[in-house]
Amino acid sequence: MEKHLQVSAIKDGTVIDHIPTKALFKVIKILKLEECIQMVTFGNNLDSKAMGTKAIIKIANRFFADEEVNKIALVAPNAKLNTIRDYEVIEKRVVDTPKEIIGIVSCFNPVCITNAEKITTRFEVISNKPIAMKCFYCEKITNENEMLFY
Amino acid sequence: MNAKSLISITDFTKEEYLKIMHLAEDFEANPNQKLLQGKVIATLFFEPSTRTRLSFETAINRLGGKIIGFSDSSSSSVSKGETLHDTIKMVSNYADMIIMRHPMEGSARYASEVSSVPVINAGDGSNQHPSQTLLDMYSIIKTQGSLDNINLFLVGDLKYGRTVHSLLMAMLQFENPIFNFIAPPELALPNEYKIHLTSKGIRYFEHAEFTDIINAADIIYMTRVQKERFIDPVEYEKVKNVYILRNEMLKDTKENMRILHPLPRINEIHTDVDSNPKAYYFTQAKNGVFTRMAIIAHLLNLK
Repeated sequence: MEKHLQVSAIKDGTVIDHIPTKALFKVIKILKLEECIQMVTFGNNLDSKAMGTKAIIKIANRFFADEEVNKIALVAPNAKLNTIRDYEVIEKRVVDTPKEIIGIVSCFNPVCITNAEKITTRFEVISNKPIAMKCFYCEKITNENEMLFY
Repeated sequence: MNAKSLISITDFTKEEYLKIMHLAEDFEANPNQKLLQGKVIATLFFEPSTRTRLSFETAINRLGGKIIGFSDSSSSSVSKGETLHDTIKMVSNYADMIIMRHPMEGSARYASEVSSVPVINAGDGSNQHPSQTLLDMYSIIKTQGSLDNINLFLVGDLKYGRTVHSLLMAMLQFENPIFNFIAPPELALPNEYKIHLTSKGIRYFEHAEFTDIINAADIIYMTRVQKERFIDPVEYEKVKNVYILRNEMLKDTKENMRILHPLPRINEIHTDVDSNPKAYYFTQAKNGVFTRMAIIAHLLNLK
């Protein structure tokens, strides 16, 4: 119940819960919510039994396909998505780490060609927890703590 | 793009490795086969590499092809700021195949996406150099009669040495390889390769000393310990003379053992080894021409 008080409820849309506090703005960036014209509300450093503190984002009138929302698994692997219709949760989803990451993260390798020319990056995810991704081009492995988002 | 390229050693299957070996043997027996008559091959060397370029250009000449290209980027439009994308797009309109070396890692993979003709990676930074691996394999099969059951000793810079990593991955396709790694701790084989070997149940051993353990070797693959790889120059001074192969160390090695080195050598193989019949590195370089003829013929479906 307290969650309704911390970030106001939406009638229809998506609630993304259990986001690590440090990942909130990365999630906003990955989902391109800064370009969203619908009402977006978020809270950070909220109390969480499971996580200590957490962040939450509520997006009115937006619904996400799995492949779209799975991109946030890179920074919020335990995030939960609630689809809301008429103030009711009609579906709960967890995010799955995709097998391939296209165009979200830069390659950490400074001499990778993707850092020199205008190339959309491509990574194969070789480990989920912690995340490790192999660049399709330079074949170097980018680890979770080395990820740079576009 | 649809053209078949060779960018990483893992782009080829075991069957393709074996086909390259057979073709190389055929080209060695008959080096002048004019299969490239009427074809133009571009050799784009964005950074200089005399040895690799001459080897490829000899292969093209022996196959009767014509060569266009440049041997360093200062003599190309790159010096005017042209992107790799545009250079490759343009050259793939002119040539039937592109052979390229570039300092940026992943450049060859990207070029193969942009190009409408096959691309051979002749080295992309410290990433891949697959024709070197195939000529190493050809040297092994020629001297040992097989790529199965090889006890391979890899010596020197096993951390950054791309030839070591590629050879290791390729040899995993064959039966029962045994790997022995001899390197200072600073240049030890990266863990990801060891994990990979363990997961496949492949036997490997690590040694910090270069001793009579080499008597078990079928192949000793020497590499250069490069000064620039060390953060602390004192560390380099400590290890630089530890991994030098000398003739006296070879007296109890197997009769059929052969010493390989991707060259250039600095001091890691003493010159007194050169006259030993087990020294194979110069013949290995010669094998490179036949192997590259084989790669070109395979990718262009000429054989």
